[in-house]
This record gives sequence, C-alpha cells and structure tokens, in this order.
Amino acid sequence: MGTYVPNSVVEQKEMLEALGLQAMEDLFDVIPDEVRVKGELRIPSGKSELEVRRQMEEMAERNTVFRTVFRGAGAYRHYIPALVKAVASKETFVTAYTPYQPEISQGVLQSIFEYQTMICELTGMDASNASVYDGAVACAEAVAMCIDKKRETVYLSAAVHPDYLDVVKTYCYAANRELVIVPEKDGRTDVDFLRSHLNSQSACFLLQQPNFFGLLEDTDELSNAVKAAGAKFILCVNPVYAAIGKTPRECGADIAVGEGQPLGLNLGFGGPYLGFMASIQEMARKLPGRIVGQTLDADGNRCFVLTLQAREQHIRREKASSSICSNQALCAMTAASYMSTMGPSGFQEVAKQCLSKAHYAAKQITSVPGFSLRFSGEFFHEFVTACPSSAETILKKLEEKGILGGYLLDGKYKGCILWCCTELNTKSEIDLLTALLKGEA
Amino acid sequence: MKLVFERSIQGTGSTLLPPNDVEAYDLQEPYQRKLALHFPELTEGELSRHYSELESNAFGVNRGFYPLGSCTMKYSPKLNEECAALPGFADIHPLQPAHTVQGCMEAMALAEKLLCEITGMDNLTFQPAAGAHGEFTGLQLIKKYHDSRGDSKRVELIVPDTAHGTNPASASMGAFKTVAIPSKADGLVDLDALKAVVGENTAGLMLTNPSTLGLFEKDIVEIAKTVHEAGGLLYYDGANLNPVMGVVRPGDTGFDIVHLNLHKTFSTPHGGGGPGAGPVGCKAYLSEFLPLPRIVEEQGSLRFCSDSENSIGRVKAFYGHFLVIIKALAYILTLGKEGIPYAAQNAVLNANYMMKSLEDLYTVAYPGRCMHEFVLSAESLKKRTGVSAMDVAKALMDHGMHPPTVYFPLNVHEALMVEPTETESKPTIDAAVKVYREIYDLAFTNPALLHEAPVKAAIRRPDEVRAARTLVLRHSFSS
Repeated sequence: MGTYVPNSVVEQKEMLEALGLQAMEDLFDVIPDEVRVKGELRIPSGKSELEVRRQMEEMAERNTVFRTVFRGAGAYRHYIPALVKAVASKETFVTAYTPYQPEISQGVLQSIFEYQTMICELTGMDASNASVYDGAVACAEAVAMCIDKKRETVYLSAAVHPDYLDVVKTYCYAANRELVIVPEKDGRTDVDFLRSHLNSQSACFLLQQPNFFGLLEDTDELSNAVKAAGAKFILCVNPVYAAIGKTPRECGADIAVGEGQPLGLNLGFGGPYLGFMASIQEMARKLPGRIVGQTLDADGNRCFVLTLQAREQHIRREKASSSICSNQALCAMTAASYMSTMGPSGFQEVAKQCLSKAHYAAKQITSVPGFSLRFSGEFFHEFVTACPSSAETILKKLEEKGILGGYLLDGKYKGCILWCCTELNTKSEIDLLTALLKGEA
Repeated sequence: MKLVFERSIQGTGSTLLPPNDVEAYDLQEPYQRKLALHFPELTEGELSRHYSELESNAFGVNRGFYPLGSCTMKYSPKLNEECAALPGFADIHPLQPAHTVQGCMEAMALAEKLLCEITGMDNLTFQPAAGAHGEFTGLQLIKKYHDSRGDSKRVELIVPDTAHGTNPASASMGAFKTVAIPSKADGLVDLDALKAVVGENTAGLMLTNPSTLGLFEKDIVEIAKTVHEAGGLLYYDGANLNPVMGVVRPGDTGFDIVHLNLHKTFSTPHGGGGPGAGPVGCKAYLSEFLPLPRIVEEQGSLRFCSDSENSIGRVKAFYGHFLVIIKALAYILTLGKEGIPYAAQNAVLNANYMMKSLEDLYTVAYPGRCMHEFVLSAESLKKRTGVSAMDVAKALMDHGMHPPTVYFPLNVHEALMVEPTETESKPTIDAAVKVYREIYDLAFTNPALLHEAPVKAAIRRPDEVRAARTLVLRHSFSS
C-alpha cells in the first residue's frame, strides 16, 4: 500500500497511549458496530508510485491526441506560453486554500484582484467576481442575479451552446422559474420573437457572442429590445473574440459572462475550466461567489481581502443568493498570467489570427465541391458548412490522417459541420485539410 | 507589492506567435472593439519575478501546518499532478469521437466504481464542480424523485444548526424551505427535535457525518429510520468523509445521496480556492435522475449516453472537472483498500492527540471522542483576558502556521475549529501544541501583543469594513 502518513508505528503507539487507548480501532468506538465496514473495502490493494504511474499512462495512451484540431464548439485549443504553465504549477498556489486569512494570503488575493481587473478590461464592465465553475454555470448564476419579485421570466437564445442552455434549464427548473427559449432563424437569434414576447415580467435575456454556430449576432437590435422592456441583458462572450470585437459594455450588456478556458487552460477533456462574470457598477453587489476588494491595513498600506462576504452562504445561509463558495482560483491565476504574458497586442494578435485563419479556411473549404457555408454574415473563428456526402465519413477520413475535423451538428442542422480555427492552425494544415476534402491527398 | 499593471513598461513583451501566414481579415466595422485594452506589458523575466513574489506572499500546505477545520488540508501528492498533466489526458478535446477517448472514459468509470464502493452508493456523477455544486445537484435528485411520484408538497429540507452555510443556501437554490433543528447539549442531532419536524412536507435531511463539530452522529441509524419513515431522503454532505473512509460507509448508515469533496478527502489540491470537484453518488433507485450524459458500456467499449427522460438535466458543460478526477483516481489507487482506512485512522488519531494536548487550557466545546477535527472555544479566554479567537488565529501566523477555521460552527462562541489531517507528523503537532499553549499564556501576561498580531506577516490586519463600504474591485487606469 502507498501512504502519505508520516507517523511511524512507534509514534502512533505513543499517541494512542497518551489517549489511554490500546489500538487504532478504539478511536472508532463511538461508531455503532452494525454499520462498520466488515473486513476490507472491495477495491484493489494499494500500489507503488511507479505502478500507479504505469496504470494511468496506459489509460492516457488509449486516448488519441490529435496533432491538428479544427474543432471548437465550446472548448478551444490555443497556444499556452511556457510561463503560464510554470505559474500554474507553483506549489504554494496549488496547495493553498481560499484566502480566508489575508495577512498570509496577499499573493493569492492580489492575483485575483489582477484577474478581476483584466476581466473588467476585457469585457468593458465595472466589476468582476473571482470566477465561478465554468461558462455554463456563469450563465446560470447571471440569470439568478436578474430575478426579483416582479420580474421572474428568463429568456435565452436558442443559439447559445447547447450545454449552457441545458444548465440554465436545470437551474430554472430547480428554482421553479419560467424559461423561454428564443428561437434562432438562419443561425441567428430571432429578434422579432424576442421583441414580441418581452414584457414587464421579463427578468433578463441571455445571448452568446459569437453564438454556438460561430456567428456574430446583431447585439444593438437585441439589446434595444431588452432595454425597451426594462429587462437585463446578459452577454456570454468568447474572451478571445472580446480582444478585438465589440465588448459586452459596448453592446449594452448589464452582465458579461463567459468560458475562460481559451485563456491558457488545457482542453483537459472538458475541465476544469473557468467561468468569468462581470457586471455594471449597479449590479456589483449582486455578483455571486468570492470577490476580492482593495483596502488598507492597520499601518495604512494597500492590501486585499475577500469582500462583500455578507452576501455569501456562510453568513446568509438560506438567504444567500447562491451556495457557491469556491472559485476556480488556480484557473483564474492561469488566465491572468496568460493575459499578462500575451500583453494587449499579443492577445489581440491571437484574436486576429483566429479570425483570419477561420476566414481563409472557410474560403478554402467552400471551394471544395459540395461544401458551402450554411449561414451568411459575419463570423469569428467558427463557421458551419453543409457537406456533400455523409459528414461522418468525411470526419473519419480526416481522423485517419491525424486531424480532428469540425464538430458534427445534430438536430435541426444534422449533417452540417461546425469548423474552428485558432492561431495554432497553420496555412499548410488548412491546405492539407482542403486537399483531403477534395480527395486529393 | 506592486500590481502587475504597475510593473508594466509600454512596448515590452514576449515573442510568442509566428506572423500570420494567411490573408489578413478584418472584422466589419459594427463588430469592432473601440474600447482600449489595458493589459500589462512585461517581458517574461519580469513576469516570472512578479508571480514568484506573489507566491512568496501566500501560504500553502507545502509551507507548513494548515489545520483549517472542515477543509482537510492534507498533502497533495506530486504523482497526481503528473498524471493529470499527461498529454493523453490534458490535451484531449471533450467532443472527440468516443473511440478516441476510451482511456478518459475508462478512468471516469473506474473512479466512479471505486468511489461508489467507498461510499456505499450504486452510481455517481462527476459533473458537479465543487461541494456546494454537489449539494445543489443532490438536492435536485431529491426534488425530481418526489416530483416523479407526484409528491410535490415535499418542499422542506431539514438541516442541523451545525451544518455548513452551503446546505441551506443550496436548499434555497432548489426552492426548498430550510427547517433548522438545534443540536443537543452533546452537539449531536436532537432526535426528538427531528421527530417533531418530520412529516408529509419533508423532502429530506441534509447531514454532515462526522459533523462540523468533529462528532460522529452515533444515532445515525435511528435518524435515517425517522426520515425514511416520514417519506424523506437522506443527503450526506461529504465534506468530512476523511476520518471515516474505509471505516463506515454513508450508504450503509442509511444515506441515499452523497457528495464528495475530491479536493479534501482525496487529496487533489485546493488551488487557492479551486478547482476542486464535488461528485454526487446515489442509490440505484435514484440513478435515473442523475445528470446526463452517463457513461455506458456496450460490446466492450464505452460511450456517453444521454437517454434518460427523468434526468435532472445538466449542471455543468461537458463532464465535470476531469483532470481533478484523474488526481483523485491516482490517489485512491495508491492508497488502496489498506491505505484508505489507514489514512482515516491517522487523521482521527492526530485530531484526538492534539485535542488532548490542549484541553487543560482551552475549552473543548464538546469533549469526548472527536473524529477528524475538534472545536475549541476561546469564550472564557476572551472573558478573562480580552483575547479573542481571532487574536489567537492571527498570532499563530507569526509562528509559520496557518490558523484553524475561526467563528464556525456558529453554535460555538469564539470557535477555533482544528483539523490536523493524517499527513502531519507527531513532531509537527507537538510543535503546534507548544505554540498554542504559549499564545494562551501570553493572553494573560501580555494580551496587547496578541491584539497586534500578526507582526511578521506581509501586512498588518486589514480594514475589512472599508473594503466592503468603498468597493474597489479593480485597478483603475488613469489615462
């Protein structure tokens, strides 16, 4: 068996003696015999480090790591600078807990304050929290911020990521809250539907930009419709897009949320990722979860603390707006170090390359007979094509060449493929992809 | 410490990307960002120093004793981190075809099986991202269960007064009404109080066992029977599973649903507040309500299945904190069936030994056998010397150790909640005890010193009221 217990048998015996006990079992004499584990758990015997390492490696090797990836759909492969990985593995950051004790936690607190600042800069908003579990949960928590006794109906675009849609549904069902899905028309949210359905009981409308199909929505028209009804506008935005695209603030959003995974986090088969949340000043006190604020210490020096704790579950208990207590501190630190390493021009360059490469790829792919853009209009780094023959066969063929092709859509757009390009996709990869689609390579 | 923005020098940075190798495309004007973007500009060397400075002003388990009650700050093995960094796990897209992710699904299926055996549950979902998220998920199972039986009047959740604040808060998120029950003089659930509140409106009971007082609810079988007979379900808050893993399984004591905190009991690190993971296990008759997708085996291969009409739906995108699950799996495989109860035994031994070494000075709130943690009360110390639990906590920092949890649970005045964990040695605990005793003595001889503490930390005590009143949540750029 492997163990991380430092006490030797001799020390254990000394400690038991100090307690007036004979054996370890005596420590559990308060637990009724009838419910105790009889014998051993039915799990394998403990192993050495090398054995465990081998077992885990064997499992990892049964997965395919694609050299070339043209798939996004909510998880994006970007370049992660070496420094970001070094920061994320610093032992003290990894093994600390929530910075309850500010005097010895300034490093963690300041890193979150810096993260909050960068999220505000990115989204154009006034206040950010210390992060939540992921983009989907950020959407659900943002919705909860908008509910009051008079306004309880939630509107959600059908063109948001299907997982986000499902999570918001779950949270609404839990809270007995009415949810209206605003349909999409030709890949974009139906603004007429929204306009005609919003009323004085409407709490909020949640939109994704770019939307699940990679398309850019007309935020002005949608925002105006929401404002006219007196509801709140929540914009879920891809952080890389926000580097060059109109910010949530400029789009008239009250709350900006999103998935922070593109900011230096591994694909990691879906997690852990990072949900960011930021709001206009008027809603700052409604933000859920941890928030770091600046203050002064007893000597008058600048320092940082967890603040607005009176909103939170450990004080408010059943009256708290959310039960969330942890944030994704290490992921937030990773994202902040990513944004710092990239710098403003480097980060905007990432966005520009994503945009340019996706447009080049769209042009190349649609030059192949049978492939055409399914939707018209502006897009960022993802686009949907109709395909000539079975899309599954096409993707299988790419897979054999070590390429993870686009994501095969289901439902209304079954048989279409959602492609994605990032700065990691080179021209030669895109050209090879095109040649393979043509059947030339 | 300077903020990263204050270290910024315009025009500096790193060369990270090759030039764009395709025709440049510009966003159409209406979609363009007009706002300036103030990100810092620093060379890699400068940034590296910045983060090293931040690290040196933080405290982790790697630095010293961290007996934060109810948080199980045990050592996080390095092997776990290495396993999670394997490209075959770290670089896998969540939407790859099933046959290219068999290893990921195998790891999840194996972790599910092992955790079910440890908890006495039949199935488990990894979607919840943290303990509180697990509570929300588990309570939805309860809601869906009662709804599926047309029993929609069951809206009351019973929660003891010693519970974590997340319990009632999660209940509210699920539109449940919290019914708080007081604990008895011995700190345990008051069976009579429980019997008085259960009934046809009872959805269930949320219980942490051992409780936040570090006490094992020895009447658990009777408690379970009472709730079940009233038609309610039993929810296990797994925050404190560590001292009883391999010793007693929640499923065998009558619990129907369990959440685990992989970052506590199963050593995946806490990361400064996250990411952790809060998987939820349940008995077979509740499995149809678990979040989707679920992993199923078909002709020797694994796939995700989303067919279940009764599922509560999704609580998170994709499948949960996968890389955290990998760390927990490596830990369980390392300890195995012998190491799991051995860790529990040593956690309980350390806690009882430390409590015993302090009980002649500090007031033990609930004397007797504790499990993973014990709660001291500084109430009488404060009355006699003016030195509060907070003063004691702050003084401990000057001795290179993290304070215990303070002012929780709420039913103990001036509470100091101490959880040493099994990965601390007797010499470490003896040294800590010496410091706790010195601080106690100092409270009588020179209390002013303790009110001033800490004096060796990076900052003095901060003005928290000011922080909440004059909200400064971001750095402002003067330009």
